[in-house]
Amino acid sequence: MKNNVIATRTAFGEALVEIAKERKDIVVLDADVATSTKTSIFREAFPERFFEMGIAEQNMMGVAAGMASTQKIVPFAVTFAVFATKRVCDQVSISIAYPKLNVKIVGSYGGIPTGKAGATHQAFEDIAIMRAIPNMTVIVPADAEEMKQAVKACVKYDGPVYLRCIRCDTPVVFDENYNFEWNKGVTLREGKDITIVSTGMMTPEALIATNILVDKGLDVRLIHLHTIKPIDKDILLKASIETGHIVTVENHGIIGGLGGAVAEILSESEPALIKRIGIEDTFGESGSLKDLFFKYGLTSENIVKEVKNLIEKKRRKYSC
Amino acid sequence: MRRKTTKELEEISKKIRCGILETMEIGKKSHLGGSMSSADLVTALYFYKMKHNSKNPDDPDRDRFIFSKGHSVLAQYAALAECGYFPKPILKTTKTLGSVLQGHPETRTPGIEANTGSLGQGLSIGLGMAIGAKLDHRDYKVYVILGDGELAEGQIWEAATTASFYKLDNLIAIVDYNKLQAVGSIKKRYDLGDIRGKFAIFGWKTFEINGHDMKEILQALDSVDEIKGAPSVVIAHTIKGKGVSFAANNPAFHNAPLTKEQIERAKADICNS
Amino acid sequence: MKIPVICKEREILVVFKEVLIENLEKKANLIRRYIIEMISNAEGGHIGGALSIADIMAVLYFHTLKIDPKNPEWEDRDRLVLSKGHASAAWYAALAERGYFPKEELLTFDHINSRLQGHPDMKRTPGVDMSSGSLGQGISAALGMALAARYLKKTYRTFVILGDGETQEGQVWEAAMTAAHYELDNLIVILDYNKLQLFGQTNTIMNIEPVIEKWQVFGWNTIEINGHRINEIVQALENAVKFEGKPTIVVAHTVKGKGVSFMENKVEWHSLPPTKEQVEKALKELEYF
Repeated sequence: MKNNVIATRTAFGEALVEIAKERKDIVVLDADVATSTKTSIFREAFPERFFEMGIAEQNMMGVAAGMASTQKIVPFAVTFAVFATKRVCDQVSISIAYPKLNVKIVGSYGGIPTGKAGATHQAFEDIAIMRAIPNMTVIVPADAEEMKQAVKACVKYDGPVYLRCIRCDTPVVFDENYNFEWNKGVTLREGKDITIVSTGMMTPEALIATNILVDKGLDVRLIHLHTIKPIDKDILLKASIETGHIVTVENHGIIGGLGGAVAEILSESEPALIKRIGIEDTFGESGSLKDLFFKYGLTSENIVKEVKNLIEKKRRKYSC
Repeated sequence: MRRKTTKELEEISKKIRCGILETMEIGKKSHLGGSMSSADLVTALYFYKMKHNSKNPDDPDRDRFIFSKGHSVLAQYAALAECGYFPKPILKTTKTLGSVLQGHPETRTPGIEANTGSLGQGLSIGLGMAIGAKLDHRDYKVYVILGDGELAEGQIWEAATTASFYKLDNLIAIVDYNKLQAVGSIKKRYDLGDIRGKFAIFGWKTFEINGHDMKEILQALDSVDEIKGAPSVVIAHTIKGKGVSFAANNPAFHNAPLTKEQIERAKADICNS
Repeated sequence: MKIPVICKEREILVVFKEVLIENLEKKANLIRRYIIEMISNAEGGHIGGALSIADIMAVLYFHTLKIDPKNPEWEDRDRLVLSKGHASAAWYAALAERGYFPKEELLTFDHINSRLQGHPDMKRTPGVDMSSGSLGQGISAALGMALAARYLKKTYRTFVILGDGETQEGQVWEAAMTAAHYELDNLIVILDYNKLQLFGQTNTIMNIEPVIEKWQVFGWNTIEINGHRINEIVQALENAVKFEGKPTIVVAHTVKGKGVSFMENKVEWHSLPPTKEQVEKALKELEYF
């Protein structure tokens, strides 16, 4: 794992400008939070292609739909994740997803990191909400490199996409040799004893946990899913068959996000005991990142603990 | 009880501004600008106009106050501390884990009536409370401070229509009209046009004042009492960052981190004003 | 109609205008007939609010809109968004009559697998520019189309039909403020001001008055007309498309259920399925034109 840290919201802002140099049909809509979402970088580079929509997110989604309907414009509609999903759920569903319009919705400030803004700005349900909307693709990149490639891939794809960005700096785990594959999971380490499935900024943390467990003699498989919908069923089913049990970890609630998606898939064909690590059905709060991630169990230490617990459960289940 | 004079209130507003600075962590982002622009309005409400008592925060006859532009809650925290809703040292714990003072208003804090922070929602909540007062035959008032940028939210106009329809003369909105929003000047970025005219055409009684002239603020709040059969809005022209020389009218201080030196300079500005 | 061999230019124009108006009135009548037939065949539908916009639809589809039924995706076409999407029957009637799809298909309205859904679906129906049905959203999409036109340097106009009850939705005012901020004079809203909504008179449910002044204060150009006088609709839209610097709203005073005497101005005809006898009576009233 590399030592540098970059916020995926910044990587998003920069990647957008890069791709917009070739793709003249890209425009950006933002709802008064450009300096936070980093669409300010795009605004600086292409002011005539940036549309300020004011603090009026529902309208912004509709406007994006109308622009996309010309089939000559690919709008990115960007705001905080809470407002890009909860506040505008009906508008995204009906104006964008139902007619399958080519709009890219970007939710910045996914999960816990919001600069201590607290519950109203922490999105713990955004992945769950967007996942439930038909025709929507949901992508949660792990780091700046993956974000860069994901933005390019989103633009190539013709259809609605929800892309999640993180406010704080996060470790870069992929390098320029990494190849982002549309809708495909990534096996970061093969293993036989148990599988950890992670997404977004929790993948670097899961990597640390995996290394700790491997040192202790456990053959852990680590899978990173950047795309929660459509989810890579094959990689999950294979993991369930070959390793037996799964621990999922996400910077999101445990209801309806990555953990929910994995449970849905496996329960129908290859049932596995699943431990979902994430925020447990509660609203967020203000606090330092360190304190909050610790409180919600989103640390490598807790991942290690839960993996061991699950191994123990498995052992007890199968010993007579 | 004797009502406070303009001069006394002006002195208190300095304490409120200092209180805002107490909530800030050195080097961490904080919504300084919008908290300072609301400081005189908050002072007038808590120390002159509103019927309330920190010893009895659940008094059913208390006036209600909702800070719809929730990111400026630091001004309210300062006022609540000054009134004795919680000990002043608590201000220093703002936004730390487990603190009773969150980044945006939450009802876990003594004296806070509604969870806000997601813009556009506070006026609807306030109007609900105002209807509650009428149904309960109580004569408490509901005050809601709105941001100017916040008026772009459609929900505000849903609330405006409803409040007028239900003739809620116990609902008073105050617009902290500092003409700057997160991305800069409102006029340049997203022009809201004639704010007073908009509220008027939605059936509200309107007042327009200098939001830093204590005499004008008090006069407006008193005049509102005479209004019957319609909600009122006080459009208060303010300066973002008012009271702090380097932050005044500076869009960068919507949510910028302050250094130790800046905080010291700010304190000096306030005390010497 | 005999045109005098020697006459002043103005007289010719008057004659042409009279012919035009008469033709449009005939089209509006046909649209009303189709609406009754469609909704009775579907055993239900939003009949009142469809009838109130029949005249507006006639003018749009047979006079104002620059469109080509043989080429529904023509990129320079004028756009129409039916933001009050529940009035879809009126839209489908106009589209069929204009040649976007066979008239017989109207009888599939609201049936399973039909291209004519209960609320407009742009993926299924030729000629439908935007899906709608959840009130308050269509105007935003239309604003997006208008903004796109300016951005793409195209001259097409975007028209929206809005319901009066619909303006209770906050999103409408978000769109109103944004359109004014961007000075979108290529966006024209037509308000179907029939003063009734699902549960009663609009102004007793949630008063939206004073309508004209509200839109003016929000930065719009306003025109007020009788929404059933074809010549007024024609003139208003002609003026609207010429107006520069602001978006325009044409506030059209209409009657819910217009054209069928027992349906006019009745709350219950928001979406009541007519009986066989009522259908016969309605068609008889619309028979002679």
